[in-house]
Amino acid sequence: MNFQDEFRDRALVRNMADNIRAMAARLKGPVNFMEVCGTHTMAIYQYGIRSLLPENVRLVSGPGCPVCVTPVGYVDKAIACTADSGNIVATFGDMLRVPGSRSSLMEERAKGADVRIVYSPRDAVALAQANPGRRVIFLGVGFETTTPTIAASIMEAARLNIGNYLVLASHKTIPIPMEALTADPELALSGYLCPAHVSTVIGGNAYKPLAEKFHIPCVVTGFEPADVMQGIEMLLAQILADESRVEIQYSRAVTWEGNPKARAIMAKVFEPCDTAWRGLGVLPGTGLAIRRELASFDAEKALAIRVPEGSENPACQCGEVLKGKLAPFACPLFATACTPESPVGACMVSSEGTCAAAYKYGR
Amino acid sequence: MCLGVPMKIISRDGDDIVAEVDGVKKEASIVLLADEVAVGDYVIVHAGYAISRLDEEYAQETLRLMKEVFSPGDMS
Ligand code: SF4
Repeated sequence: MNFQDEFRDRALVRNMADNIRAMAARLKGPVNFMEVCGTHTMAIYQYGIRSLLPENVRLVSGPGCPVCVTPVGYVDKAIACTADSGNIVATFGDMLRVPGSRSSLMEERAKGADVRIVYSPRDAVALAQANPGRRVIFLGVGFETTTPTIAASIMEAARLNIGNYLVLASHKTIPIPMEALTADPELALSGYLCPAHVSTVIGGNAYKPLAEKFHIPCVVTGFEPADVMQGIEMLLAQILADESRVEIQYSRAVTWEGNPKARAIMAKVFEPCDTAWRGLGVLPGTGLAIRRELASFDAEKALAIRVPEGSENPACQCGEVLKGKLAPFACPLFATACTPESPVGACMVSSEGTCAAAYKYGR
Repeated sequence: MCLGVPMKIISRDGDDIVAEVDGVKKEASIVLLADEVAVGDYVIVHAGYAISRLDEEYAQETLRLMKEVFSPGDMS
């Protein structure tokens, strides 16, 4: 088994769609299921999942793309780091085109700034090792899937005494914003397809407070089309039975406890802080900042980066898209002024962004 | 950027592994995994780190449940 092909079987998916239709016929009203993971957003568009569902089962995309929820001020800070020719800015590729207030890292690179794309924070540590005379600043964005990898890179740099590796951190955690979205009457959410790989780290237990407090079904769901369909089946089964539990559909990778070792490394390096989300504003306790003891690795503190307050293109509706209140197609700039080649907002940049996924697969 | 891919471990040297999917080989670290993992196991590799081991038994069980066809009687 290769853990992918079997879960992409068309006949299987079609059969599950029939099951879903039979279940949905017994619903009392329409249901809205939200996914809060960019890879789900991508899979749902790529495999045309919406077209397989009856009208009364609706899928809405939430704030699941880490690049998209990172506010414009962060991009401005990353750009400020490039001004010093002693600095190398290292980043995952999808940060490159995200528009800042005035420019993007891509534009700065074209003007000569040293911005390098890396696949892993380990590569950024190696880059620092290979360039002892310069500073390597890694752009630390991402949810609980990515944060442990960056924590591990900082521990590695500390162990190897690499003093020129720094991280500009803007990490975020997923469960608390889900509470804010669940409480929003306009969204009227009926259930969650909980993220797959975030949950390998935080575990199924992490959603129990949410499910209990708001009586909302939560199913940790994998990324393949049959996974998504089964996640929907499980949510519908709960609703029809008037239940609101956490279930794990993606049991081949996710346990109730998650990955305690990854969480321990994360806790050694990061501590909770308040942080701003594009679209959702500042949410207390949803960010992760580098601990004071490790301040020498914290680019923001060590380099005292200050930038003026960021300004976004007022025409961009990313904020509403990220809250699930606006479909990308409803944005007047979608596919006209805003395309993946020249994105106006962050949601059009990363392949996991709702607007980018809709552009690529959804029209 | 949050992509995590199921990959098969083809060699291991301490905390470093080489894993493969569709003929593409990648180096990764297993410092984030508490479980012992061995050559031949599947792991999810994200940004150069294995973050989870994949369980074949659970995968088979999930597939079995997916193949179930609901009849109206099942849902009363
Ligand atoms: S289509 Fe472009 S401008 Fe409109 S919300 Fe999406 S990213 Fe923003």
